[in-house]
Amino acid sequence: MKRQIPLIITFLIGTILIFSFFIPPMEKLEQTSTLFFDVIAVFAFFLGGGNLLRVHFNKLRRRKRDWGFSTVTLIGFFVTLAAGLFKIANPGGIAASPTTEGALLQEIFTYVLIPLQSTMYALLAFFVASASYRAFRAKNREATILLVAAFVILLGRTPFGMMLTGWMPDSLSVLQVPNLAIWVMNSPNLAGQRAIMIGIGLGVISMSLRLILGIERTYLGEEGA
Amino acid sequence: MRRTTIIAMAVVLGLFILSWILRSASYVTVQEHYLIGGLKVTFSAFLTLAILSFLYKDNPFYKFAEHLFVGVSAAFWMSMGFWTTIVGNLVPRISQSLSEFFQVPYQPGSYNFVYFIPVILGIMLLMRLSRNRGWLARWPLAFIVGTTAGLNFVRYLRSDFMEQVSATFVPLFVDWKGVGYFISHFSLSASGQFVAIVANWVIFLGVICGIIYFFFSKEHKGVFGAASRVGIWVLMITFGASFGYTVMGRISLLVGRITFLFRDWLGWIS
Amino acid sequence: MLDVTFGIPLVVLSDVGQAISLLLIGGGLLWIFIRSLKAKEVDRRVVFLFIFFAVAAPILFPITFQEKATPIVKKLFDKVESLPAGSKVLIAFDFDPAMAPEVQPMANAFTRHCLVKGYKVIFMSLWATGQALLTQTLERVVKGEFPEKQEGVDYINLGYKAGNEGVLNVIVTNFRMMFPTDVNGVPLDSTAVFDGIKSCGDLDLIISVGGGKPGIKEWVLFVGDRVNVPMGAGVAAVVAPQLYPYYPKQLLGLLGGVKGAAEYESELVKHYSRFEHTDTPGLRMMGPQTLAHVVIMAFIVIGNISYFIGRRRERRR
Repeated sequence: MKRQIPLIITFLIGTILIFSFFIPPMEKLEQTSTLFFDVIAVFAFFLGGGNLLRVHFNKLRRRKRDWGFSTVTLIGFFVTLAAGLFKIANPGGIAASPTTEGALLQEIFTYVLIPLQSTMYALLAFFVASASYRAFRAKNREATILLVAAFVILLGRTPFGMMLTGWMPDSLSVLQVPNLAIWVMNSPNLAGQRAIMIGIGLGVISMSLRLILGIERTYLGEEGA
Repeated sequence: MRRTTIIAMAVVLGLFILSWILRSASYVTVQEHYLIGGLKVTFSAFLTLAILSFLYKDNPFYKFAEHLFVGVSAAFWMSMGFWTTIVGNLVPRISQSLSEFFQVPYQPGSYNFVYFIPVILGIMLLMRLSRNRGWLARWPLAFIVGTTAGLNFVRYLRSDFMEQVSATFVPLFVDWKGVGYFISHFSLSASGQFVAIVANWVIFLGVICGIIYFFFSKEHKGVFGAASRVGIWVLMITFGASFGYTVMGRISLLVGRITFLFRDWLGWIS
Repeated sequence: MLDVTFGIPLVVLSDVGQAISLLLIGGGLLWIFIRSLKAKEVDRRVVFLFIFFAVAAPILFPITFQEKATPIVKKLFDKVESLPAGSKVLIAFDFDPAMAPEVQPMANAFTRHCLVKGYKVIFMSLWATGQALLTQTLERVVKGEFPEKQEGVDYINLGYKAGNEGVLNVIVTNFRMMFPTDVNGVPLDSTAVFDGIKSCGDLDLIISVGGGKPGIKEWVLFVGDRVNVPMGAGVAAVVAPQLYPYYPKQLLGLLGGVKGAAEYESELVKHYSRFEHTDTPGLRMMGPQTLAHVVIMAFIVIGNISYFIGRRRERRR
């Protein structure tokens, strides 16, 4: 029963959503099911938050390694949650958007979340540069093709490429690096990405069918659990 | 705590306070709450530099920033989800008194009782945190999986398969007016007929050879193997283009952060 | 600012600064090249410092370039330009702070373009962080540059809803079921913007700005292909190559990364003199972008040269 009912739910809801696409009178049922999905998605956020609390309270209680930083996580969590749930300092009051300019939540977003998240991803620029120097080697034909294509794009996507090859006459204009970069993106890149997209699309279609028909059950966890 | 750590923290704190004072001083004539304004920008700069310090090596400042990010991010998404979807979509359908409390328009309806179903499923999802009742979370998980599978099945079939196959059948002879016209107007102009024809041939053959490469049920030998090899070359160009764009993307993020440091924090640029 | 601090004219300071920066970067690359030829390791922190300097120098001493829109950007610009008066355009802010430096300039450019043409603009987001970033655009661009525009009449902010593609699956046939009110609790039926709009099929153009999931792919799959609404996109550079298969049948135009933003901004400035003195972060970022690209290409070349020299030495042994 612990595994049968979820399989029946998956089958029913999946089938409803597939058929509703082709049967317009089922549109209302489709919309309602999707709205249910959206509400449950928010409970998934709460689950994530709850799990975070459990992990860090556990670390704190057992004085595990770096437990002091868990207090930072918990303080940041509770301050932001209070700011968001109670709309602290929100000029518009309870009815206004939680991210109204001047609200504490928006200030936390602007001065804490933005610098943290953008800088984390900005670190990748350094690692890309380091990888360019240390790892990207034209060891074989395929790697050479990859690097040549990368060069064309890197040059073509900056004004430097036009400076280098802008002197070419119109009859050879496809060899101007910016035009070459456009051609690479619109032809071989498009072909390769389309091949990948078709492959992934077929994979998603087959996996969706497997899930709906109950052939794929890994999302239910281990047998006997 | 080690002596070097204490000295480092003292230096950072001193620089933080100095920056706060200088920033606040620059805001005196511009902002009413200049002290808070200065503190906000200084704290943002501190967090930025804390993350960047990871490039030297892992350190307590980076760990502080990383842990703060995790906590703030989780709480932000929870708050937004609550107000926008629970209060915005669920409350107006299930309770008039709650709608009045949250000041959202109540939406009466004969079948509104069905909206208690996602509430029950949502609570069951939270049971995942319990060791004994964790199996209850399978029901809402099944609902999520079924919804995703049902929605994706048709959309991917249409947009990522049928439309893509259809778009691959491009005219292989563009603006064809005969061999004589083609030869007399031959050029490597980017907008010329020859380049357009080559482009379409590359698209048509490239897609077919790329798909052949991914067909692993048959050994890649003979004509099939040759087509697979062409497919790899096309894919290598694709990955090279992706790498070029990835470099551009990552550099842009760094430009954004350095601009913040130089403009908003240090005031070196306008 | 440095010119105020040192009392030197900005133009001279900028030219001198650019020359010094380029000399230092060139010299540094030469040093790395010589070390590589001698098979000596260059510490990765030196590489990090180098890339920092390559990006920081053109920010301090700006190098600016003219940009010309490529066809994939021009098509989207021309579509926005050619819509009839009073058209209804939806702009989705589907991104987070990690993508914002690249895509927020695009979102701001689209907003300016639509408002200056007098279209009714509907703002929404599939990302919680998108709603917060949308607030910045509303404050700085809409209220800051178009104070005559009225919320509810000329534009509306629907905000964020959780559910990713689930949101799109509802609004494709019924907007009000997912968004009964705007972000401030005002019912959609009481707003002039939503007169005559029941679903996404009633819109004249949808522009998704972002690059993650959910993003433009989900918009194309769940909305664009279902109700045949023209779709445009502004995406982070990392994601742009993956969307080319949708162009031009399913996506009529695509802005990829900072270059795309710079091209759109330059078209906007070319067509509308009121934007001549507007901040154009896309165009501004092309200077550091160009220098960083040159440095990265130099790193690849130097790395490969040292690799081949090292391989030859080993073969000789």
